[in-house]
Amino acid sequence: MSEVVLSVQDVSIVYRVSRGQVKASQHISFDLHKGESLALIGESGSGKTTVSLSFIDMLPSAAKITGGKVLYTRDGKTENIFEFSEARMRDFRWHDCAMVFQGAQNAFNPVLKIKEQFLDTARAHGWRDKGKVIKRTLELLRLVRLDPERTLESFPHELSGGMKQRTLLALGVLLDPQVVILDEPTTALDILTQRAIIEVLKEMQSRLGFSIIFISHDLALAAEMADRVATMYAGEMVELGSTQHIFYEPLHPYSLGLLQSVPRLSQDKDELSSIKGNPPDLIDPPSGCKFHPRCPFAQELCNQEEPVFKEHEPGHFAACHFTENVIEARANLWKKD
Amino acid sequence: MSDAIIEFKQIYKSFKKGRTSIPVLQDINLAVKKLEYLCLVGESGCGKTTSGKILVGLLKPSSGQIFFEGQDVSTLRGSEYTRYRRAVQIIHQDPYASLNPTHTIYDILSFPLFRHKLVKNRAQARERAGQLLETVGLTPVRDVIDKYPHQLSGGQRQRVSIARALTTNPKVIVADESVSMVDVSIRISILNMMMNMRESLGVTMIFITHDLALAKYFAWQGRIAVMYLGRIVEIGPTPDITHFPQHPYTKSLLSAIPEPDPDRTRTKDQIRLRSEDIPRLTELPPGCSFHPRCPWFVPGLCDKQLPQLAPVADSKGPVQVACLPMTQGKPLIPYES
Repeated sequence: MSEVVLSVQDVSIVYRVSRGQVKASQHISFDLHKGESLALIGESGSGKTTVSLSFIDMLPSAAKITGGKVLYTRDGKTENIFEFSEARMRDFRWHDCAMVFQGAQNAFNPVLKIKEQFLDTARAHGWRDKGKVIKRTLELLRLVRLDPERTLESFPHELSGGMKQRTLLALGVLLDPQVVILDEPTTALDILTQRAIIEVLKEMQSRLGFSIIFISHDLALAAEMADRVATMYAGEMVELGSTQHIFYEPLHPYSLGLLQSVPRLSQDKDELSSIKGNPPDLIDPPSGCKFHPRCPFAQELCNQEEPVFKEHEPGHFAACHFTENVIEARANLWKKD
Repeated sequence: MSDAIIEFKQIYKSFKKGRTSIPVLQDINLAVKKLEYLCLVGESGCGKTTSGKILVGLLKPSSGQIFFEGQDVSTLRGSEYTRYRRAVQIIHQDPYASLNPTHTIYDILSFPLFRHKLVKNRAQARERAGQLLETVGLTPVRDVIDKYPHQLSGGQRQRVSIARALTTNPKVIVADESVSMVDVSIRISILNMMMNMRESLGVTMIFITHDLALAKYFAWQGRIAVMYLGRIVEIGPTPDITHFPQHPYTKSLLSAIPEPDPDRTRTKDQIRLRSEDIPRLTELPPGCSFHPRCPWFVPGLCDKQLPQLAPVADSKGPVQVACLPMTQGKPLIPYES
């Protein structure tokens, strides 16, 4: 596989609250390769946003990184993000790693033209050549299928939601970052607009070659866009594999449970079932495997011993004691109609 | 009279904003049969929520009539009107906003009970509230009944919201995006519960959603009405709509939706719209409001004449579409400008 851009190693993050510590992310490890798109999927509170925020040092003040490191490589030079000076981090953000936040269409300054906002960003990161910035901006706006001249002279309120989202993607990659983090990139958008964004993102990525981490609870979006998928549950990564692995040959009961709970449009009547119970309290998480209280395959061992996140076949990792039961159960998942 | 429990006849609704009038619903005709599964589907701004609010009497239509069990609602007075309001209830989208944070679950459920004189004293109210919580699967009741909404998870709150809608023993419940804010893994259990209420309590369910896959699951045995910019553009039995969409808008929607199936979603035929922008409701295009985006636009027809819902020419099926070329039996020919 191609070179590793971002190597996340055993990262743990807690939030300090009055009741104790919320273990928002525990022992997260994964590698992000050049040009790939990795989807972090999981329900609210599974820690997917927390991990991503730690890469750009944007965690809220109540959060504390309790362990691990994130190695970032550009042009053959490798550094640990967690040891960055403030100045280096400022430079790293946007230049190396850009994040597009959820619902960020509203992040534009309403009284500045789009052009000013692009110039502002570039100036803040030391790009002084206005002509060069405008040239790149026009290129990027064309790439996201907008009318470049018109968009440049528009105020944010003159653009529709979809146009704003596309402008924002262009702004995100303005400084040619290697890594782009997208938090729920299409959630607030209509279906037809969502489709346009997906197409634009795919095209941008193939042209500019950046890597994407996208955070979503939407399995369909992951199926559409991701090269690899990581399932997160209760602050832990419970499964990681190629998109084919996760959707067609899941090894973790939670991944399987998610797949069994989403209706599929092109199928006749679906046989769906929810995962029983509710997500756990992360201040006082269940012992052993955190999923065991909701797991249909749980046995005595699951309650006592935390399963190891290990490689079951090349590139396919899962943390479960009884993957053989999942393998048996998944046979019914893709029965063809 | 038909066997409709609730019926819209030529409903129009417009909102005033300054001096302009925004037409939100235009000429909606819809008869919901007793115990039918009906889904209103459409993107934001298509008028589906407004329809729901008009249905339950939270908004008055600008013109047109609503019939409840054969009676024109606008003619009902006093106790007759109360009976109607009691019989149709709504479950709102956001369980975080729709429950008063300063009231306990018991308070929330007992207010309507006292208001409608369905119980005589607190002991009765508590018992009835307990029964309702059991109906929606919030057991053991004593763990929930004296809690405040913030102590419950999103899914639990939505169940409380459903229990509240049931307090008045309604005959019709409008569920407006009732699971869109609930985690994926528990959506289906809430949907299944609502579907069971139809059997066990004899409630007719009208489900409003932007998610066609959920609509398909919910209304597989019923009908889907697809709305676009304030009008119903296609209505028919769910399997027909999801597997053989007729209206160009429905076709584009279905082709654009990503599916949680990597192989299928990446090989889907994409319909390219002529424009990605949704027209503003204040500047609706003449004729068919989809014509500026429609890939099969017929100049001189679609931009001149307003299409009415009618069966596709030469088809004996129950599906109705508002598309002039289709209802006049003309072939759909890609438009080249």
